[in-house]
Amino acid sequence: MRRLATRPREIEATRRPLVGSVWVQLVRRGDPFVWLTGGALACAAVMVLGVLAIIASSGIGAMWPRPLTRIVTKDGSAYLGQIIAREEIPSYAEGAGGHRILMRIGNRDLYGVDFKWFDEADLDSRSRPVDAIVMERLEWGHFYGTVEAVRFPGGEATGDAAWPRLRREIRESRRRSTEIRRMESREVGRTNAEIEKTRLAIRRIELSGEAATPQGKASIEGLRERSAEAVRRFEALRPRLEGLRAADAEYRVIVRSARGETREYPISHIVRAFRPNEAGFLGLVGVYLSRVGEFLSADPRESNTEGGIFPAIFGTVLMTLLMTIAVVPLGVLAALYLREYAKQGTVISILRIAVNNLAGVPSIVFGLFGLGFFAYAVGGSIDHVLFPERLPSPTFGGGGLLWASLTLALLTVPVVIVATEEALAAVPRGIREGSIACGASKFQTITRIVVPSAAPGIMTGAILAMARGAGEVAPLMITGVVKLAPKLPLDGQFPFLHLERKFMHLGFHIYDVGFQSPNVEAAKPMVYAATLLLIAIVVLLNLAAILIRNRLREKYRTGAFG
Amino acid sequence: MGRFELEVAEIAEPGAEAPADTERERKMETGEALETAVEVENLNLWYGPSQALFDVRMEIPERQVTAFIGPSGCGKSTFLRCLNRLNDLIPGVRIQGKVRFHGEDIYAPGVDVIALRKRTGMVFQKSNPFPKSIYENVVYGLRIDGQNRKSILDDAMERSLIAAGLWDEVKDRLRETAMNLSGGQQQRLCIARAIATEPEVLLMDEPCSALDPIATAKIEALILELREKYTVVLVTHNMHQATRVSDFTAFFYLGSLVEFGPTKKIFQKPDKKQTEDYVTGRFG
Repeated sequence: MRRLATRPREIEATRRPLVGSVWVQLVRRGDPFVWLTGGALACAAVMVLGVLAIIASSGIGAMWPRPLTRIVTKDGSAYLGQIIAREEIPSYAEGAGGHRILMRIGNRDLYGVDFKWFDEADLDSRSRPVDAIVMERLEWGHFYGTVEAVRFPGGEATGDAAWPRLRREIRESRRRSTEIRRMESREVGRTNAEIEKTRLAIRRIELSGEAATPQGKASIEGLRERSAEAVRRFEALRPRLEGLRAADAEYRVIVRSARGETREYPISHIVRAFRPNEAGFLGLVGVYLSRVGEFLSADPRESNTEGGIFPAIFGTVLMTLLMTIAVVPLGVLAALYLREYAKQGTVISILRIAVNNLAGVPSIVFGLFGLGFFAYAVGGSIDHVLFPERLPSPTFGGGGLLWASLTLALLTVPVVIVATEEALAAVPRGIREGSIACGASKFQTITRIVVPSAAPGIMTGAILAMARGAGEVAPLMITGVVKLAPKLPLDGQFPFLHLERKFMHLGFHIYDVGFQSPNVEAAKPMVYAATLLLIAIVVLLNLAAILIRNRLREKYRTGAFG
Repeated sequence: MGRFELEVAEIAEPGAEAPADTERERKMETGEALETAVEVENLNLWYGPSQALFDVRMEIPERQVTAFIGPSGCGKSTFLRCLNRLNDLIPGVRIQGKVRFHGEDIYAPGVDVIALRKRTGMVFQKSNPFPKSIYENVVYGLRIDGQNRKSILDDAMERSLIAAGLWDEVKDRLRETAMNLSGGQQQRLCIARAIATEPEVLLMDEPCSALDPIATAKIEALILELREKYTVVLVTHNMHQATRVSDFTAFFYLGSLVEFGPTKKIFQKPDKKQTEDYVTGRFG
């Protein structure tokens, strides 16, 4: 009691009544801090969800077929097309205050442009003719107009019969041309491969200096003969191919544009045709699904603004997988040394800081390093030793799938090292000692107990590395990604996985189509769709990795009592 | 509950013991036919600059249960971990003196530490099953020896689990993860793991301190069975446990071995005053 009475005056002065003001209550309860922190989280969440929502809605809607509108301007010219956008005319422009519409008028071979703005004030009439068709072509983009007639060997369909006939012939024609193309690419591919192989074999003999010996001469002669034989075989096939193509070219369609011009096109050039104003909802869904299917599975057309992006999807996934295969073992081994074997001291601390900082180096720097070291130095040496007959054209001495993957592996290895180190540090000492006490060596303890227990954490590192690697573009642009790769890096020709090949990548594809293409407006849907797909692929890869991690976590749980 | 009261009573009046132990007791009292499993001579140990063990000398008899008691930090666990050189794992540990395992000095240069640890099983304070199946936990010591013959592994696994008194509880889920077992089962699994390789000495570092009384009773019963076959060295905080299961007791205080002798003697009429104070609860 005495002690209470002699409580120091300063402490006595800080005493407050038990019931405080509203403000005091707020501060004591911490409400403002909850608002502050919650607000920050909400901001972040809104931004992320906003980006996703915009990309998802634009990407998913990009393929939906829009109706065709026919407009007639006051000066009497008519256009048929899809209305893409409507906006208020800006104050600085003529006709301010009114609205204008952006129409995709297609028919680039007739009009020269795909898109055109119209002031609404200049329009005389608008209608949606039911017989208007959209024709997606291999060249010149879309055609909007009406069908006049369909010509086929031994006949012609006109009037009402023309449209159903056109649809049937397109189906037939797609089938025929797929067959022709398959045959062509198979034969051409085989012949080219044979010619290239014999050329390289001859070059090898020349390089070895045996070309002058009788034996060498004989084998060169034999190889030349083989090459010539391959060419002859291909030549023999050519008339057949040309015959098929000529027969195919007899199927033609005559169409009329909104301005009244008629044009005749081979049906084999048409990818699909439909009447958006007549087709019901189900018809439009059919068109949509067919477009999505093409987008996911076909090669690009029209300098990447039309067609599919399959090679880019393939390249992205394959590159990411190769990168993961390269980065995980490297990172895990490095982390094992750092954590388990190295004597902890100044040197190791500096090394650890250096590795962590590697993650902060701009990715383009890694790209330059990859090109200079992997492609030019390592790849160049490989070429000199293993493929001298192909020089001066590089095999491994230029950008390619392998070098791009390794560059990204280097870029992401700090992530794996840091995550693995943390996972290793979290393995309880008890089970390490348990293993040692059973008579296990350190190596056995690490491989049988420590690494399996740390596996979920290691997987987390791999997931982070994959996410980082799959979204990276800058270093890839200079280590092997191209706008249009002639061949997939994986095909039926030995050795099947062609690590030296250039490849396509979704991230670069988005940049290329969106900003480097001659027809940016037409490419917009492709950009959104490709972006959505890139995000979807990254999410899918991550989901797969997370599933594996959770499996491991379940399997190697190290809790004391479960 | 009644059981434990009974045991407390036993300690109060230790003369009332089961007659089954008479043979053993007679041997112990006469000192007859007791071979030495581990002989420790002048063992000193430093953690960096601070000394943790001072001149410890002890002869641990074979096929007996030897308990180490003493207050926290007295060096009994450190001493135990010297017997299988587990202290080697801790950086900065320096050891002087001799530990003879069946006559061989285990700190001599050229000693195969792994061979030593295979001959000394160890059970820890906190049960530490590996994140593997029950089966794989038990046969771990054999697997790391390169033993992969299923028949041998199966035999060793079943024998060890039976010896550890766990067989009936887990025989239907041998392939399930050991992490789902209860604390007491996990500890018995660790014992099974330790004896699967047929070690000569079993080191137990407070094996019951994290367990409830029922699990503790099971493990104690197990220790009494194990001494028929193994030399058991037991670190314990619980003096009742020492009286219940051990044949010999060593009392450590501040890094020194104060007294070592038959358990009965240590608890009934110890030579040293310090020991008496500790076992009667006057300090510690």
